[in-house]
Amino acid sequence: MTTSTPNPADRRVNDFAIKIATVNGTGSASANTLLMKAIFRSGIPVMGKNYFPSNIQGLPTWYEIRVTKDGYVARSGRVDVMVAMNAETYAKDVKEVSPGGYLVYDSTWPRPALLKREDITVIGVPLARLCNESFNGVRTRILMKNICYAGVLAALLDLDLEIIRKLLAETYAKKPQLVDSNMKAIQLGYDYAKANFTCPLPLRVEKLDKTSGHILIDGNTAAALGCVFAGATVAAWYPITPSTSLMDAYKAFCDRTRVDPATGRKNFAFIQAEDELAAIGMVIGANWNGARAFTATSGPGISLMNEFLGLAYYAEVPAVVFDIQRVGPSTGMPTRTQQCDVMECAYAAHGDTRHVCLYPANPEECFYMAVQAFDLAERLQTPVFVLSDLDIGMNDWMCRDLKWDDAYRPDRGKVLDKEAVQKLEKFYRFFDKDGDGITYRTLPGVHPKGAYFARGSGHSQYGTYTEDSTEYQIVLDRLMKKWDTAKKLVPRAVIDATAGSDIGIVTIGSCEGAIHEAMDILKTHNVHVDYMRVRSFPLSEDVERFLAAHKLLFVVEQNRDAQFRALLTLESAVEKSKLRSLLHYNGMPISSSFIVEGVLAEIRPRDLASLKDARASA
Amino acid sequence: MTFMPKPKVAHPSLPKNALGLTRREYEGALSTLCAGCGHDSITAAITEACWELSLEPQNVVKLSGIGCSSKTTAYFVSGGHGFNSVHGRMPSIAMGANAANRKLHYIGVSGDGDTLSIGLGQFCHAIRRNLNMLYIIENNGVYGLTKGQFSASADIGTKAKKGETNFQPPIDPVLLAMTLGATFVARSFSGDKRQLVPLIQAGLKHRGFALIDVLSPCVTFNDHEGSTKSYAYTREHYEPAVHADFVPLEREIVADYKEGETLPVVMHDGSRIVLRKLESGYDPTNRVAAATHIQERMKEGEYLTGLLYVEESETEFHDINATPEAPLNSIPFEALTPGSKGLEKILARYR
Repeated sequence: MTTSTPNPADRRVNDFAIKIATVNGTGSASANTLLMKAIFRSGIPVMGKNYFPSNIQGLPTWYEIRVTKDGYVARSGRVDVMVAMNAETYAKDVKEVSPGGYLVYDSTWPRPALLKREDITVIGVPLARLCNESFNGVRTRILMKNICYAGVLAALLDLDLEIIRKLLAETYAKKPQLVDSNMKAIQLGYDYAKANFTCPLPLRVEKLDKTSGHILIDGNTAAALGCVFAGATVAAWYPITPSTSLMDAYKAFCDRTRVDPATGRKNFAFIQAEDELAAIGMVIGANWNGARAFTATSGPGISLMNEFLGLAYYAEVPAVVFDIQRVGPSTGMPTRTQQCDVMECAYAAHGDTRHVCLYPANPEECFYMAVQAFDLAERLQTPVFVLSDLDIGMNDWMCRDLKWDDAYRPDRGKVLDKEAVQKLEKFYRFFDKDGDGITYRTLPGVHPKGAYFARGSGHSQYGTYTEDSTEYQIVLDRLMKKWDTAKKLVPRAVIDATAGSDIGIVTIGSCEGAIHEAMDILKTHNVHVDYMRVRSFPLSEDVERFLAAHKLLFVVEQNRDAQFRALLTLESAVEKSKLRSLLHYNGMPISSSFIVEGVLAEIRPRDLASLKDARASA
Repeated sequence: MTFMPKPKVAHPSLPKNALGLTRREYEGALSTLCAGCGHDSITAAITEACWELSLEPQNVVKLSGIGCSSKTTAYFVSGGHGFNSVHGRMPSIAMGANAANRKLHYIGVSGDGDTLSIGLGQFCHAIRRNLNMLYIIENNGVYGLTKGQFSASADIGTKAKKGETNFQPPIDPVLLAMTLGATFVARSFSGDKRQLVPLIQAGLKHRGFALIDVLSPCVTFNDHEGSTKSYAYTREHYEPAVHADFVPLEREIVADYKEGETLPVVMHDGSRIVLRKLESGYDPTNRVAAATHIQERMKEGEYLTGLLYVEESETEFHDINATPEAPLNSIPFEALTPGSKGLEKILARYR
């Protein structure tokens, strides 16, 4: 990540944000993806965020594209170009444009009210009229109207039409007639803009070479790939936004790579369960029987899975659960993002339970952590959560190329095979032979001597049912010893202490991109801070040291109740009074400006005031 | 319970099955249920059936939920793995385990509370998937461990031990299973071992979901005057409709059944069940007619028993999923991962 000083004069080349307001179900997703990918193919780092409704057709939806030569992956908090295609949200959309910005709208029906703001430039393009004159059929006209604004933006921002044509050819490789019609719509918008406005605008793209070795991928797809590469064979789930696309992607990848072309037999089982309770039951059953199995869900699903998660913890059965967090409580806002299941996952189920959690920050890490989750689950014989969120899971992120080491072999943990069981005098399922809290397990069908009874009721270290206080406690204490072993196996935190500051920012997951940018901006205010992103629960050993070494710690997370901060205070020796929460929980992905303002408010109130003054007068 | 554990030493004269194992090697831990509990008779019948079929003990997987019935999986085939899961959720554990290894024999033991109340959903969906397992309901119409509440199988008018009358209609697992498309539906009585053992054998050999609803009186909470699930009431009102004899592959049929009264059904491995109709006009291969007949007799207060419906041609879960013959948990890792070259190809789409 390069450090640059935001400078209004040069910000406009390869550094601006576009927001597109449309109606869902009108094909705008294709247009927006096309635009984003065209910028990416021009070698310019780009971020895309989709703010969509929990609805199939007819409700407002927005798409934000940030062109960012510095490679920032979070929202800036600015809107430099607004494409207002939805009359229902015009008023709100116009307000949101940053001073000096641009508003593009469909001028087929003139909207003088839109021109009220004098600090922005309004660009009217008669999109509907252009498309009605050139295309037949209501549906086609609606779809093409959206492609047409992409053409307008291509002209205004100086995008290469050849790149767009190539992208369309790839997308519609099997339907070439669609390439021509889409290109026609692009050209309509492009030509109109060229003929009627000064193109390009001062804010525009210029080709760079900063995207090679990178991909644009969403976290659910990357996590699904991780499951395929890790050798997961059983996938069970109940559909729930925003996790469903993870399962869809797993199935699609398996259909491509796991089907024997000669026999049509599939080396995976894909089970749509009747509910999340059944989904986790299936995952536990399959893992108990020696398959790598997983499920993907969101907060409401975890709530339903609680009883089974307690069983898997106590009966010591591996399981991998992807929680793609969305806004709660209850049904909440299913298509908006939050990090609100931190506590729910850490201690899911009644009784003394605690679960290994991994917190990926981006799709790249979703891929690697998916693989790691299976290794940890089998090594530790316990459920492992991967806590992604809607922002990571469903938005396309620019990431470094995913790499695969062909030498990788799964860590199946302490599983005794037939020969090993035969050699035993007697098999005791929960006896801590190695002193690390992890005991040996056997699989059904291997040898009668290895048979044992998995149960959620009280059991002794020998695997028998017990109501004896001492025997019960031996197992419960040994589980805590296993937890200590887990601390050594989970991924360490990402720490940047190069500032050598006594102030630190601590966070988890998808906040990282916004914090990186915020730290760069803070430097321009002469505020230098250290950084730690915790990547797992239990907290790895380096977390405690970082917390102890700093006098003031900003804990950045995306929920109301400071759940991650609570976890830190519960599970480390950190002094509560050192921790300041910066909580972002309105459902939108966190922005860098939110963090900058939060930090300045605490330590440089005067800087914050002048920052706000400068913005107001801009 | 009986307090004298039997030593695990077999008398040399005990008969041995094809694997050279005695019945003792198909037994499990000592039962902790009440003396005279119907469930213990079912445990004995399962033990007998597994021994007779010469199943490798380690290939028997025993699954259950919560309740008296669910405890019984510990009491048979100690050489097989057991999983005592959470209340009403055994079918999902069975589904996952079966998905991982289709080669083992899955025996689920549940109760009327575990199946028909808290676990009704999972029970129905296991049937829809035609999950290849034997599912036994040890049905006594009452919650035993919590001391005598009515279960969802309690009949209208039946009386609880403390005198309360049930007014809610029962859910009948047999009719429910037939409606949902179950491919093997049987009803039996824990006191009728002659009927029960071959049913268990046939259920174990059935390709798909095999349900046996076994009336199993609760001696402590539901064996009194006024109960419709007592030993006395059951003996009086349970009518064998179809007797099923299980004929293993290696044995000749030497039955003395009269032509026209018997119906051999060939199981997927070539073994057979020979059905003998004891009830005139009953057809255990006609789903609609059989269900109607069962309901008509129910109205008269009679419960038909035996193998009430069987259909051996259905596809089970793995046929629909197109999984290979080899268990998924045995597929080598190399065959599962696309490798670095595969990844490069996949990533081309994301550039």
